[in-house]
Amino acid sequence: MMSPPTTILPAAAADGEYLMRDTTSHPPALSPGYKTSVLRSPRNALVSIPQTLSEVTAPVFSAHELGPLDGDLIRNYAKSGMPIGERTIVHGFVRDQLGRPVRNALVEVWQANASGRYRHKKDQYLGALDPNFGGCGRVLTDEHGHYVFRTIKPGPYPWRNRINDWRPAHIHFAISGSGWVQRLITQMYFEGDPLIATCPIIRTIPDEAQIRALIAQLDMSATVPLDSRAFRFDVVLRGQRATWFENALQGQAR
Amino acid sequence: MTPLLRETASQTAGPYVHIGLAPKAADFDLFENDFGSVMTTPETQGERIRIEGRVFDGSGTPLRDVLIEIWQANAQGRYAHPADAQSGKAADPAFRGWGRACSDFDTGVWSFDTIKPGPVAGRDGATQAPHLNLWIVARGINLGLNTRMYFDDEGNANAADPVLNLIEWEARRKTLVAQREQRGSAVVYIFDIRLQGEVETVFFDI
Repeated sequence: MMSPPTTILPAAAADGEYLMRDTTSHPPALSPGYKTSVLRSPRNALVSIPQTLSEVTAPVFSAHELGPLDGDLIRNYAKSGMPIGERTIVHGFVRDQLGRPVRNALVEVWQANASGRYRHKKDQYLGALDPNFGGCGRVLTDEHGHYVFRTIKPGPYPWRNRINDWRPAHIHFAISGSGWVQRLITQMYFEGDPLIATCPIIRTIPDEAQIRALIAQLDMSATVPLDSRAFRFDVVLRGQRATWFENALQGQAR
Repeated sequence: MTPLLRETASQTAGPYVHIGLAPKAADFDLFENDFGSVMTTPETQGERIRIEGRVFDGSGTPLRDVLIEIWQANAQGRYAHPADAQSGKAADPAFRGWGRACSDFDTGVWSFDTIKPGPVAGRDGATQAPHLNLWIVARGINLGLNTRMYFDDEGNANAADPVLNLIEWEARRKTLVAQREQRGSAVVYIFDIRLQGEVETVFFDI
């Protein structure tokens, strides 16, 4: 489990700039082991631009935009009963790189059902659809940056890459923080899944510690006895810099 | 050195991104309130425009499973965000400036219905030409791609834009400029994005 820095944190200004992205934390665009990336990866270097208002602002979400069951995947598509599978709570904290909570972040999740089948017209896998499971949800983080949702543990499934590639069980996450530069999309895996070691999509990440940080840990402290197991998954978004001596992002130069 | 946490590693959106971010496109209805590509209401101030395009891979084939989000200022050039303190620009309560669209499963065409943004303050007193910020995710894209769209009827503003001018290769700047066309009574800007190839779109590290 990672620990936040212990230094005294300056409050970030609302229009403070964000730390430069550390590209070594991420998979390279071209990762031939994941075949689809070959034709979908830019060949030119990204052009680095100093941040402006366009990059440090982002849409602000509010609770009234979300429905009461949006964070409960066990109930939000149930038609005639409960979905089949392992009842699971997923929770954690969204923080920035300086350890500050990211409040009011939109956390959107989607996943396959317990059979490894997605409710999607393009998914042709043999695994059965579950009439009571949709597979998507969304929540906002609270004042501590904490989020929680409830779901059914997804199953692993085969996919077309090499002839016998299987995805480990995973939940997709899309997170919108307080600045456009914090926008992040990723996948959460489950502790102990043997398919993690061979998954070509996970292996696009060159850094083992970064892979480990995507693996949620069984969290007995948040488990509901006789009901649901819980897994803990923390997310780190880009950090906002201190702004004591700063170029002006708006108005005149200082 | 003061320790910093590392940003969580990105992973591809995968082919079923619609389930989570646009369930209606995956063919099912779940949320009461979907986030979509129509960004205006009758009360929104500004010139109505449609933005339409496709995203092409390195073989010239349109992606049929791409998801794009845009983030833009209102007609006066102000962002709907508490950090925007530009003077003399009013907020528009009827415009959030954020939208999300998926490409069509057959044609690969995506579109947004929005308004043309005003110019936004740049760094150190400069002015940025009207532009949209785009975030592009899909199967095969490991880290969401950031780019910008500018308007071809803003030639003078584009020529002075501090971000366009940071692109060393002048020929590549035009990959970020959308073409205006009149379609009946509607104004449409065509903006095609090329992930690879001779006219690869400029993508930004922001």
